[in-house]
Amino acid sequence: MDDLQSIKREALLLIESSDSLSQLDEVRVKFLGKKGSISGQTKLMGQLSASERPKVGARINVVRDLVSESLDLKKIALELSAESLSIARNAIDVTRPGSPACVGGLHPVTHTLERLNKLFGSLGYSVATGPEIEDDWHNFEALNIPSHHPARAMHDTFYFDDGRVLRTHTSPVQIRTMVGENPPIRIVAPGRVYRCDSDLTHTPMFHQIEGLVVDRDISFADLKGTVITFLNRFFEAEMDVRFRPSYFPFTEPSAEVDMQCVMCRGSGCRVCSHTGWLEVMGCGMVHPKVFENTGVDTSTYTGFAFGMGIERLAMLRYGIGDLRLFYESDLQFLKQFHG
Amino acid sequence: MKASIAWLKSLCPTDLSVEDIASRLTMAGLEVEGLELASKACSNIVVGEILQVRPHPESNKLKICKVTDGSFIHQVVCGAHNVKEGLKAPFAQVGAVIGDTFEISQVKIRDVESSGMLCGADELGLSDERHGLMELPIDTPVGTNFEILVDLPDQIIELDLTPNRGDCLSIRGLARELGVLSDTIVEIVSCTPVSAKCETTYPVILSEPKGCPRYVGRVIEKIDVTQQTPLWIVERLRRSGIRSIDSIVDITNYVMLELGQPLHAFDFDQLAGAIDVRMSRTDETIVLLDGKTLCLTDDVLVVADQEKVLGLAGIMGGEDSRISSKTETIFLESAFFDPFIIAGKARRFGLHTDASARFERGVDFQLAEVASERATSLIVEICGGKPGPIIITENTSELPKTFVVELTRERIQQQLKIVLPDERICSILKTLGFKVEIVADGFRCVVPSWRFDVSIEQDLIEEVARIFGYNNLPTTMPAQTLNMIKAAESETPLIRLKHYLVDQDIQEVITYSFVDPKIQSLLGDSSEVIRLANPIASNLAEMRRSLIPGLVEAVRYNVNRQSTRVRLFETGQCFVKQGDSIDQSERIGIALYGLSGPAHFNDDKSVDFFDIKGIVEGLSQLNGGPAFDWKAADHPALAPGQTASLSLNGEMQGHVGRLHPRLAREFDLPKSLLLADFALNPILDGRVTAFKAISRYPKVIRDLSVVVDEEISWQQILNAIDSLSDERIQAIELFDVYRGAGVRQGQQSMALSLTLQDPNRTLDESAIQELVDQTVWVLKDQIGAELRG
Repeated sequence: MDDLQSIKREALLLIESSDSLSQLDEVRVKFLGKKGSISGQTKLMGQLSASERPKVGARINVVRDLVSESLDLKKIALELSAESLSIARNAIDVTRPGSPACVGGLHPVTHTLERLNKLFGSLGYSVATGPEIEDDWHNFEALNIPSHHPARAMHDTFYFDDGRVLRTHTSPVQIRTMVGENPPIRIVAPGRVYRCDSDLTHTPMFHQIEGLVVDRDISFADLKGTVITFLNRFFEAEMDVRFRPSYFPFTEPSAEVDMQCVMCRGSGCRVCSHTGWLEVMGCGMVHPKVFENTGVDTSTYTGFAFGMGIERLAMLRYGIGDLRLFYESDLQFLKQFHG
Repeated sequence: MKASIAWLKSLCPTDLSVEDIASRLTMAGLEVEGLELASKACSNIVVGEILQVRPHPESNKLKICKVTDGSFIHQVVCGAHNVKEGLKAPFAQVGAVIGDTFEISQVKIRDVESSGMLCGADELGLSDERHGLMELPIDTPVGTNFEILVDLPDQIIELDLTPNRGDCLSIRGLARELGVLSDTIVEIVSCTPVSAKCETTYPVILSEPKGCPRYVGRVIEKIDVTQQTPLWIVERLRRSGIRSIDSIVDITNYVMLELGQPLHAFDFDQLAGAIDVRMSRTDETIVLLDGKTLCLTDDVLVVADQEKVLGLAGIMGGEDSRISSKTETIFLESAFFDPFIIAGKARRFGLHTDASARFERGVDFQLAEVASERATSLIVEICGGKPGPIIITENTSELPKTFVVELTRERIQQQLKIVLPDERICSILKTLGFKVEIVADGFRCVVPSWRFDVSIEQDLIEEVARIFGYNNLPTTMPAQTLNMIKAAESETPLIRLKHYLVDQDIQEVITYSFVDPKIQSLLGDSSEVIRLANPIASNLAEMRRSLIPGLVEAVRYNVNRQSTRVRLFETGQCFVKQGDSIDQSERIGIALYGLSGPAHFNDDKSVDFFDIKGIVEGLSQLNGGPAFDWKAADHPALAPGQTASLSLNGEMQGHVGRLHPRLAREFDLPKSLLLADFALNPILDGRVTAFKAISRYPKVIRDLSVVVDEEISWQQILNAIDSLSDERIQAIELFDVYRGAGVRQGQQSMALSLTLQDPNRTLDESAIQELVDQTVWVLKDQIGAELRG
């Protein structure tokens, strides 16, 4: 009896003083293992009389349960403290730099183009493309620019020996679309264009986007509305916009579109040459000659077209001061535009 | 074109400010690009006469002058080289202000009193060059207010005219336009016929009446070509950007600027036989006024006599018949040359002259006679001389047609969405010079002879809209029937591909489509290459055949700027000659240079073939279409043994590989550069997913290690196992390749894992073993593989 009580005391003391899980496990083996002292007490029961056996057995069980429970509790306590220790040990400086973000980026022209496609796409325009080496008919003749027309001097054209040209504008895509499809037509045609010109504000290659709408009853008012809405949405601001009569052989009436300077809001700065206005696109009603050349019935349909430089839009949108940066492939420049 | 506001206002007397004039012209389509003062601001400047010149005691260069302003005599110290007694020059009196700040005061110059300043043209802002004192004509009254004398203050507007508005390349044309825009009645330039004072005429033949249907000539005898051009003409020319040459040339230029009709004067004594306006003959030559000799082809309109070419019609005259100081008789030409014949010729010869600019845009075909009279009267007034009768040679049937265009009210309303009263439309068109008749459904308009840009109804709509003001017109959005777009699911949008590459840490670039021929030939096949006839630079002379030259250059650009890890891609058209046609389909290119991962995070491993291959395979999987066939290949730019060709259904699509070490040295790229360039379309055209039932039974994975000859490729192993055509073998993956101890020389061990799964039952051990045995057998049978012990 006394043995059992002393075993209990000893066990509880040892459990209490254990400070690691392995030590605790030793305690468990010492008392509850097959050769443990509590198991030893059970073995001694064989020497007892049948009448004593149940009472002694019950007392042993009470002690075993108590020790077992204490072991479990101590184990939980030890585990908790080990975890908090490990947590403390694994604490990090969360202000240190993250692993490098492994992501490239899109060219600002692509960024701008995607925005344009999205904006015009919402109005049901689809995207059309065409070849960059064009024949004279698509780039000039069909657009009502016959050879020797003074307007050809407005285009510094790159030629090939066979008479083909690098397209000077995206307008040949208009022609290809009107030849290939029946109205109603609503397209934007983005792409590379080429002019034999290179200085601070010109690169021999740049990008344009052309818009074309051909349908019944399309008016100059519709053109104005589309252009103004587009500029407001693109620049995410209500811009003052003005239309100036101009001349393109493939539109009549024709207009240049000026927008309030995005840098100075119209008060005059270096970017707008102190005029408060920025020239952003050319546009007009499709010339009947162009319709004739492409087989569109002028008695039923009218249409409008507009064209603008994508780099110019990107420069104004992002405040880029130098056109040449677009084609230097300098990562310091390109990395500024997110994926 | 430059125009003096004072000159313009002399024909169109409006009260509008210069800024308002500029803005109205601009908003009517005649874009004013710039405004400048015609001189420095000045006041209190009069015509002074130098009465006496004495040396300065302290200086060799300075002179002491006595100058009269008509009322008083002043002592003025002057350093100009051309100072002399009797000379008349602008005299700035004490108190005069030149420019905004320079005030003339009483000063001592080297101890000598000086009251006022004798001025050079440059000092007054009337010239960019320094020529000493401005010498005024000897008959100029002393004391005259200088500003009034030369029509100051004045401003110059610079117009950037569109090619359709040749009619505005004159003060009269601009005045007509400004008259409409400012509700001002425009003065008519007086061109009363000058009666003949001698009988001399000269024969003119129009052999090419299409090119020259009207030629007005006139002989003027006994002129004095040494007469000075009056100051007011010199000044008006200067403000229009034209230098004074001699009195005859100045007068013809003046009339051109005033009326828009280019004129030419020949030395009458140099003419040999009848004037003939004809097409040039092949190999005819002419020495032009600018001294250049031209050899002509057979398609240039020339003015010739019976012996020689006198000039390129409408472009430039010749040296032989030019006016010289000895000229006594001139033959004055005022002609209409057809725009289509003149157009392009000036550009061909690099001779953009004031005359060609006007003729190729169209000169009023009713103007030749009027302009001839105007010039004759000025010549007679300034140089004296006896004009002969005016000689008109014409072929009226070849003159431009007078267009009659109908404008309907309905069209105006449909296009502009406005309804204007008839009177308003009539008044707009009439003031622009159209003859307008109201007819049942609109207006019948006769187009004036100076408007070459109006021939159809839309042109008239533009005229109405332009004068009404584009910005006063209504604004709407197009009404459209809603229609759903076609969305082909099998097509991957290009932007999806770009986003994928961006997410692989690759930056998009856009490089020029024309490349350096040297680099293109170093980096690839330069056969069937397309060259520009007029490249902008020798290193941008060839159209790119692939994206590799541009990408290598872009990598190099960044490596030269301290980048050690450069990952770029580009998409765009490339150009290859195919017989008479050109393949210009889109390609995609990738360049990976330097470390495979960001610095310090990837054991500093350099990019290798499998890095770029993984990216390319990922790209080609985006669309669910068939994968490329990869085969070991050669490419001039790429390292042998680390180069693959990509093909699809037997068609070559492109190459992937490592830049050849020799080229890497040449381009100074010390780290490894992996390149890919292949056709874009196949990876955009994919397929719509067709669902396959999935198996509910467990997968089993078995690893095998086989020893094969070194030459055996992974593809051969795949092909061998595929030849079993057992659908239960779901995947075969390579997880190790080993050569060295334990494997015989010339052989390699390849460790692969088979994923086995049966769609209808759980695979039992015997079925699994059977599949593995079959695999081992087929590998042994087809490629001699031995199971590794």
